[in-house]
Amino acid sequence: MKIYLPLDSAAVALGADDIADAIHTHARAKGVTVDLVRNGSRGMVWLEPMAEVETAAGRVAFGPLTLSDVPALFGDLAAHPKALGLTDDLPWMKAQTRLTFARVGVIDPLSLADYKAHGGLTGLTRALGMDKAAMVAEVTNSGLRGRGGAGFPTGIKWKTVSEAQADRKYIVCNADEGDSATFADRMLMEGDPFTLIEGMIIAGLATGATKGFVYIRSEYPIAIQVMQNAVRAAQAEGVLGASVLGTGPAFDIEIRVGAGAYVCGEETSLLNSLEGKRGIVRAKPPLPALEGFMAKPTVVNNVISLASVPVIFERGAEHYKNFGLGRSRGTIPLQIAGNVKHGGLYEIAFGLTLGEIVDKIAGGTASGRPVKAVQVGGPLGAYFPRALFDTPFGYEEFAGKDGLIGHAGLTVFDDSADMLGMARFAMEFCAIESCGKCTPCRIGAVRGVETLDRIARGDADAKPLLADLCNTMKSGSLCALGGFTPYPVMSALTHFPDDFNTMKEAAE
Amino acid sequence: MLDSVEVTSRVGEILNAHKGMEGPLLPILHAIQAEFGYVPQDALPIIAQDLNLSRAEVHGVMSFYHDFRENPAGNHVLKLCRAESCKSMGADRVAAHAQKALGIEWHETTKDGKVTLEPVFCLGLCACGPAAIVDGKLVGRVDEARIDAILGGLK
Repeated sequence: MKIYLPLDSAAVALGADDIADAIHTHARAKGVTVDLVRNGSRGMVWLEPMAEVETAAGRVAFGPLTLSDVPALFGDLAAHPKALGLTDDLPWMKAQTRLTFARVGVIDPLSLADYKAHGGLTGLTRALGMDKAAMVAEVTNSGLRGRGGAGFPTGIKWKTVSEAQADRKYIVCNADEGDSATFADRMLMEGDPFTLIEGMIIAGLATGATKGFVYIRSEYPIAIQVMQNAVRAAQAEGVLGASVLGTGPAFDIEIRVGAGAYVCGEETSLLNSLEGKRGIVRAKPPLPALEGFMAKPTVVNNVISLASVPVIFERGAEHYKNFGLGRSRGTIPLQIAGNVKHGGLYEIAFGLTLGEIVDKIAGGTASGRPVKAVQVGGPLGAYFPRALFDTPFGYEEFAGKDGLIGHAGLTVFDDSADMLGMARFAMEFCAIESCGKCTPCRIGAVRGVETLDRIARGDADAKPLLADLCNTMKSGSLCALGGFTPYPVMSALTHFPDDFNTMKEAAE
Repeated sequence: MLDSVEVTSRVGEILNAHKGMEGPLLPILHAIQAEFGYVPQDALPIIAQDLNLSRAEVHGVMSFYHDFRENPAGNHVLKLCRAESCKSMGADRVAAHAQKALGIEWHETTKDGKVTLEPVFCLGLCACGPAAIVDGKLVGRVDEARIDAILGGLK
């Protein structure tokens, strides 16, 4: 009997490890031999812990499981109280276009054989037969843009590093996924680590880099462990090492762990941290592509950007490019979070409207109350009111509404949310996490908290001051922390003005 | 507290284990904290000398990152997520409950040295918040009753 049960952090946080123990205990008691595979999550977090049993018809899902549901897994499966039917037929799964996440939740994350059996290493094998310029062109033609949030064309970054002259070059994977509402990097690393490794190797081949680092935040203990094991397995099998797959040049990967600083998700701050320094932002230029890690040419890419590379090489740039809208090509793993009925990861071509995502896919709020606001793009993203729910999900489309898609995380709030409080929190967070290098961020965030407290006390004169401060932070900060904190603050003030009038009304 | 001879010898072993690494300071500090539960002040000059840095530089790095402790934590560490997705599910209410139950604020340890309470900004459990991590174990959908159960279960 083969059972799949996620090792994914969300599943574990909801009790998957206890379910796993119970499965083993019951199997022993019943004298049944169980092959329990700890896989990635299929992304339906409201159904976790979700087990899948392999049957002749396909994999059948059961969830959300409690300990009392375990014995029935060894009985008549059709009569199981938590039976959901075939996983592939679930509406959440059927409507997606899974390119980057095709194997997540399907395979055993640490089995290289399983990885290969599901198309793994096909892209790398093709890349090994191409020259550097052709590899860079493939990525450029795919239209892939940085999935970390900035949306910079990945191919152009690779071209700069590829054409730079240096004795050493590096590939740095930014896995410092600190934005609230984002967990795609984590799920990918926990559920299909070899895809990230393969993407980094291709980046190395295309640019002439021989060493890669994955900088993972310390808040992701399971992802760190899975990635370390995957790198060791890839080294043992000759995928990584002195000669990639025995025919290519050298490429190796080292896993590094962050230390709780949000700003290290910013690429130059991350590079300083990797070098063993304070995670202070560097002024650009020089670009990291020319002077990055140890002042050598360095590709710094997000996990999802790099993990999308293997499928682009496997199926071709054209295939990938055909998904999406406008200048947002390919697919995007939406991370639906916060106060939602159906939260989780949903990979789909760019172009769905915000309303379709929140009302149809997420099914509204978990509390059953009306949706008040959706913060798109993490703590530095704007709050969208229902009036903007017709905005299509794309880089330019959200920028046109004074927002950003960022790393494609969405936090849904019901009507109990206090938007003045959320604006204050954005400034407070910026003050806590500011690296301190530039004044608009270091001082501005503190003044922002004070100014919002004035507004909360009913001082309407503080509102233009807040707008002025936000303008200064936006145009004067060195990086996105100080530069984008105005997005949540100003969007809250603009779209939810009533929340900024409470004290005044009380006084009247 | 640890005696300095013990610190010196263990830090020396950790430094040796990180020889040849590019940018080794964070991995070294992590290893020292894993060994001692915090980064003893006595370790800083030893690291500085080994890496050819000033003691101020090592202190600067250590104090920049939220993870590194100057002093030992309580026997148990409870971290509660304070970020937006968890807030949308009532994290502020849950945190206030935990602070009241423990009688401490953020970054403090109970008088009996049993529990340290810390904020964390995102554990990637944003679709099953509010989230917590107790002595390294992840917990989702934390409410007031869950806090009481967690605290009641700590030895």
